[in-house]
Amino acid sequence: MMRLMLILTVLVGALFVAALAAGPANIGLFESLGALVGGDAGPLTLVMREIRLPRALLALMIGGGLGLAGAAMQGYLRNPLADPGLIGVSSSAALGAVLAIQTGLSASFAFGLPLAALVGAVIGVVLVLVLAGPRGSSLTLILAGIAISALAGALTSLVLNLSPNPFAANEIVFWMMGSLADRSMTHVWIALPLILLGAVMLITLARGLDALTLGEDAAEAMGIGLRRMRLTLIFGTAAVVGASTAVAGAIGFVGLVVPHLLRPFVGAQPGRLLWASALGGAGMLLAADIVVRVVLPARDLKLGVVTALIGAPLFLHLIYRTRREGL
Amino acid sequence: MLVSVQSSSVLRALWFAGALIAAPVAAVADTPERREPPRRVVSMNLCTDQLAMMVAGEGQLLSVSYLASDRRSSAMVEQAAAYHRNHGLAEEIYLLQSDLVVAGSFSTRATVDMLGRLGIPVAVFDPAYAVSDVQDRLAQMGEVLGQQDRASALIANFEHQLARYRSDVSRRPRAALYYANGYTSGDKTLAGQILNLAGLDNIAVEQGFGAGGVIPLEVLALAQPETVITSRPFPGASRSEEVKDHPVIKTLRRKHPEAAMTDSDWVCGTPFVLRAIEDMVALRQKMQKADP
Repeated sequence: MMRLMLILTVLVGALFVAALAAGPANIGLFESLGALVGGDAGPLTLVMREIRLPRALLALMIGGGLGLAGAAMQGYLRNPLADPGLIGVSSSAALGAVLAIQTGLSASFAFGLPLAALVGAVIGVVLVLVLAGPRGSSLTLILAGIAISALAGALTSLVLNLSPNPFAANEIVFWMMGSLADRSMTHVWIALPLILLGAVMLITLARGLDALTLGEDAAEAMGIGLRRMRLTLIFGTAAVVGASTAVAGAIGFVGLVVPHLLRPFVGAQPGRLLWASALGGAGMLLAADIVVRVVLPARDLKLGVVTALIGAPLFLHLIYRTRREGL
Repeated sequence: MLVSVQSSSVLRALWFAGALIAAPVAAVADTPERREPPRRVVSMNLCTDQLAMMVAGEGQLLSVSYLASDRRSSAMVEQAAAYHRNHGLAEEIYLLQSDLVVAGSFSTRATVDMLGRLGIPVAVFDPAYAVSDVQDRLAQMGEVLGQQDRASALIANFEHQLARYRSDVSRRPRAALYYANGYTSGDKTLAGQILNLAGLDNIAVEQGFGAGGVIPLEVLALAQPETVITSRPFPGASRSEEVKDHPVIKTLRRKHPEAAMTDSDWVCGTPFVLRAIEDMVALRQKMQKADP
């Protein structure tokens, strides 16, 4: 157990340094890290502190948050197909964020953007949980997710098309695929509080999720309040996904792939899977963000493209396995 | 020697252009025409709108595009009010019973083809990639409208004004053009040439951009331009334009936060580029004063 944590931490640390070193401007590793830590008023420090550092920090936070949210939802629904991106929570958050930007709410109040995305995400999670029912069979869960994703995506496109700004309509891709290009420390500061709050809420679910593996009745007999657990899950997920989507768009599949890959290493205990998935998610998004910068440096390839290329085949595999098991 | 062009001379040139628009057609009506000039002309592109309004004789131009009335993109909003406003749709143009349509080569292909099938002649204008294209476009407009004399007068005046900007400059400050989505323009663009004529060096050229392209924020920061000239924001909000408020851009613009382009003077190859050059000369002079 300690070994897995150690390996994942070292991996995330190495990827974080690599993310700081990756970029279109060719700067040596030690030179760039020196400029980041030492720091003068020169352009190199500006690049490291205002471009690369926020980008790497956002990948760390958002990846960690999405991995954690995926693990928590899968644990609660006892369904390996639950992922905030797939079941429409990210799309609803994106709709909230787009509404905040287009109505000017985000410009008038710094936390307007993440809070509006949080409201969108809450609506998304609640709708999914209501539509899929408390036990959430795979079929109803995925169908509910498809419907909510489609509706939120259509409304996002509508809002962006109605915008007087000619660039807005082209940003539909960003909201659906996500990107960390040209973000600044401002984005880190507006996303960090909500992601931290949501992460703390989700981590507290660990004991409850472990108990739930024995069934709802057994969990209640062990003194787990299911109502309270559900509320914590809804708001924790919404806070993490809402704040992430508000600054980086909807990035899918992180919450699906990471818990799936790490589950065997934690003895299939959903409680332990939470922190492992947080570390794994951070690693996956840092790696994906390095890939988009190395493969197509000048094209702003969307992060969601890379995560979907990894995640979609795995998703198909999971569906196939679920079907074979006769669910 | 510093280029010293009084802005009044530019205004005079523009007044001259305006006077030509208002001038009676009698001056050109008597000249022998190779063919009958069109009498119901419709323009469906922002740039051809402005060229046509400058060159057309009285009553010859029927309609301009709705963009000509958009204060942000068009330099001739007042004049455009006198014309019918079209949206570049084949059916509305057909109903105007036009005998010539002037369009840009980037105008909707489908519409231009449809108009061709409906038997309406379409004159297609290329966008301007250089300041020298202004004369060509004016001449082309004079040709298709049968108003060669008016076009020649506009060209002569434009060349006269332009000649003032050819002098050498003691120190050429380094600047970068920066639009939404991190787009920049090199020296093979109208905007790049405006910068060059105003005596500013373009960062994009140093970085190997001939035409336009996306310059990564960190490349721009390391190139250390003395200022970054940004386009003015559109109404409403977008993530694409948010990058112009990135802390890095704000830092680079710190010394000259007023450096901005008035887009209506920059987008089209019309004599209004003189106003854009004039604005940039003023900016350069400020920069030279601050850092001799």
